[in-house]
Formats: sequence, structure tokens, C-alpha cells
Amino acid sequence: MSLIKKQGGFIARDRNRQPDAYTPEYKSSVKRSPNAALVSFPSSISEETAPMFGHSMLGELDNDLIHNYARAGESAIGPRIIVHGRVLDEHGNGVPNTLVEVWQANAGGRYRHKKESYIAPLDPNFGGCGRTITDEDGSYELLTIQPGAYPWPNRANDWRPAHIHFSLFGSGFAQRLITQMYFEGDPLIKLCPIVGVLKSQQSVDALTALLDMKHTVPMDSLAYKFDMVLRGRRQTYFENRNEGK
Amino acid sequence: MVQTLNYLKESPSQTAGPYVHIGCAPNFASMKMYDGDLGACMKTGPIKGQEITITGQVLDGTGTPLLDAMIEIWQPDAAGLFPSVNETRGQADPNFTGFGRAASDMNTGIYEFETVKPGVVPWPDGRMQAPHVLFWIVARGINIGLHTRMYFSDEKNANAEDPILTRLEHQNRVPTLLAKKTADGVYGFDIRLQGPQETVFFDI
Repeated sequence: MSLIKKQGGFIARDRNRQPDAYTPEYKSSVKRSPNAALVSFPSSISEETAPMFGHSMLGELDNDLIHNYARAGESAIGPRIIVHGRVLDEHGNGVPNTLVEVWQANAGGRYRHKKESYIAPLDPNFGGCGRTITDEDGSYELLTIQPGAYPWPNRANDWRPAHIHFSLFGSGFAQRLITQMYFEGDPLIKLCPIVGVLKSQQSVDALTALLDMKHTVPMDSLAYKFDMVLRGRRQTYFENRNEGK
Repeated sequence: MVQTLNYLKESPSQTAGPYVHIGCAPNFASMKMYDGDLGACMKTGPIKGQEITITGQVLDGTGTPLLDAMIEIWQPDAAGLFPSVNETRGQADPNFTGFGRAASDMNTGIYEFETVKPGVVPWPDGRMQAPHVLFWIVARGINIGLHTRMYFSDEKNANAEDPILTRLEHQNRVPTLLAKKTADGVYGFDIRLQGPQETVFFDI
């Protein structure tokens, strides 16, 4: 007889770490927030599996937002930055081969979207979307431009700090997560009602990328490091009784 | 000072915002990217089982359809197998992805998936769950993606034994999880974010 290690169900989500649904300072949440308590159940195979996307799906420029929408020989306008880091689980293990999708405004704070009406101009060479798949150790890297801040309709004069949206999968649908990356030192972070839905300074810090001079390319690009953490699974040990089959 | 557990904490969620399409469905947002949008097609060839359409709206607390939601689904194939490395019970239908992603129509709020009726999968204690499809909904104003499940109103016997449906305290809310058959092979499933008919959402 021996003990074998097996993946258990997902560790319960720490709801103190996550924003509430109803956050009236962020007005859009008021009528889009469930009133009833969420119903808690352990995960089953439905939640412990997730779609898999292979590296072969990726185009050469998918993680290069400076060039993936630009005309041949041209590039997006704005401060060039590398955004890199790792996707980890709560045990600190890298989450390998998982899809990372991003979207952002251009350097003037304008999104390329039908419903967007901000006065700042579109950059004909910038789409604002990118994606990559993590390596075996959970690391990823993107090349992009620093997005601009922009005003948005909420209270009479609310501005979003510069940010990049991230969408993550993991190996189980229970891990599905969309979040935003902010930039160290941005004075708009503490004024933003969407950042304000976070319950602690630690949560804000967890979404704030640090300038990473070690990862910059001299005379070329600044760099920011942004790690993200997905839910982990319980590690359980089962007795292997060698009963045979 | 005692030791520390040193577990990491899950990254906090933030809203997908109104422009989620740019990153997750760029072609829907009128950008030609990636040879098409991820999850737009769940079938890569002929598939086994009953092909079905799931359609509906996501409605806010006033009954207004969301025009900016993104809905994702995840489900097994007709035999109850997931196309996943974590699937140990057999080989799923190679022409079925199990994953769908749709944006609400920008004018009507209607979403639609072309998929297959899922088979049954086990609950951790070995009982079988009724056929179901996982739903995950994000949009402007939703701070953390909402998990729910769609069951089938024409699976009365299986639903009556389902480990989740039978354990819900408020049995009068079960119908919020049931898709209605509106035509042959078509199931209607509206998701109500708030109010007396609020859909059951899960912390799972």
C-alpha cells in the first residue's frame, strides 16, 4: 500500500478577496448585481475541466499590440512597454499553457469600439487586442504601448486610470477570471470607482504592475511585471491498495 | 512568530467593461483578427448527438436586456465527455470543442450558441448529474463573472435526481435554471441578473 497524490476539487473562493456584486459608487453595478446569495457547492468535473487552446493557434504577432493591427512597416503610437509575468495558482505553481487575452485603450485613452465616443483620436495602427499562451512555467510576455487615461460616464467627472484588461482561463472553468492591470504610481488609481470596488489596499496592490527595469530593453522599451493568481485545487492523498483491476 | 502558510491569494476580479469584445471577440467588434473569434464555432466537423441551439437574453434588474454582455458556455459532448486533459473517462468527440463564447447582440441583446445536447457527467460522490451546460457571464457593471448552469426542462427525471437541483433551498427558483424548448432543437434560456425571477448564481 502506498499513498498517491491526486488533485481534489477547487479551493473555495475567498470572497473577501473579491469585489461584491453591488457597489453603488460604480453605478452600472446597481441593476446588474444579483440580490440573492450565491449558492455554494463543491466543484465537479464540469468545473474542473476547461477548454484547451494550443500554441499553434497563435499568430506570430498576437502578443505584439504595437504591430498586430498596424499597416506593414508602421507601428502604434505611444510609449513602448513590455508587460510580462507569470500566471500562478494559489499554491504558487505556474499555470502552464493557458490562454491570456488582453485589451486596452490607445495612448490617447481611446478604444477601437463602435460604442466608444471619447474625443481622443483613434490610432489607425492600433487595434488594442492581443493574446498569448503561457509557457510551461506559467510565464507570458506582451509588447504594447502604454494606454492613456480616459473619462467615463459614471459620476460627473470620473476618469479611469491607465489599465490593461486581462482574461484568463486556467485548467478548470471555475478558475475563469477577468481582471485589470494598473500602473505603479498612477494618481488616478485611488480616485477610480472601479478600483474602489476592491476591498483592501492589498487587493489594489495585487492589480498594480511595477516598473521592472531589469526587463527593459535599453533604448527600446520600458517593462512592467504583472503576475496573476488563479484558484488552486486541493491536493489530496489516496491510499493505493494495489487492488488491481 | 509562527510560520506563515505562504499560499498566494487569487487575483481580484475587475469588470470586463463595455469593450470586452475588443479582447475576446475582436471580429464581433469589427476588427479582423485571429482568423475568427474564439468560441464562435463549437463544431469543427460532423458531431455525434443531437445538435441544438441555445438562445436568450441577459436581463438587468429593470428587465432591460444587456447589449454589452459576453456569455461563455462549457459542456461535455453528447456522451458526457469533456475535451480536456483532465477527462479520464474516455475520449471526447474530436469535432466538438465544448466551449462557446457569444456576445449579446448590440441592438437586441440576444445571444446564441450552436451546440450539442450534453450527456451526463458524475457528481463527486458518483451519482450522475442531470445534463447541464455551464454559463459564465461578464459585462460592464458585473464586478466578478457570474457562474450559473443551464438544465433542460425536458429532462424531468434526470432533473429530479440532480445533486444540485434537489439541494437548492428555494425550490421555487429551480425554473430559473431550466431552458425551455421553444422549437425542435431550440432551447430558450434567459438570465435575469436581479429581481424576483433572478437566476440562481453559484459559488462553485
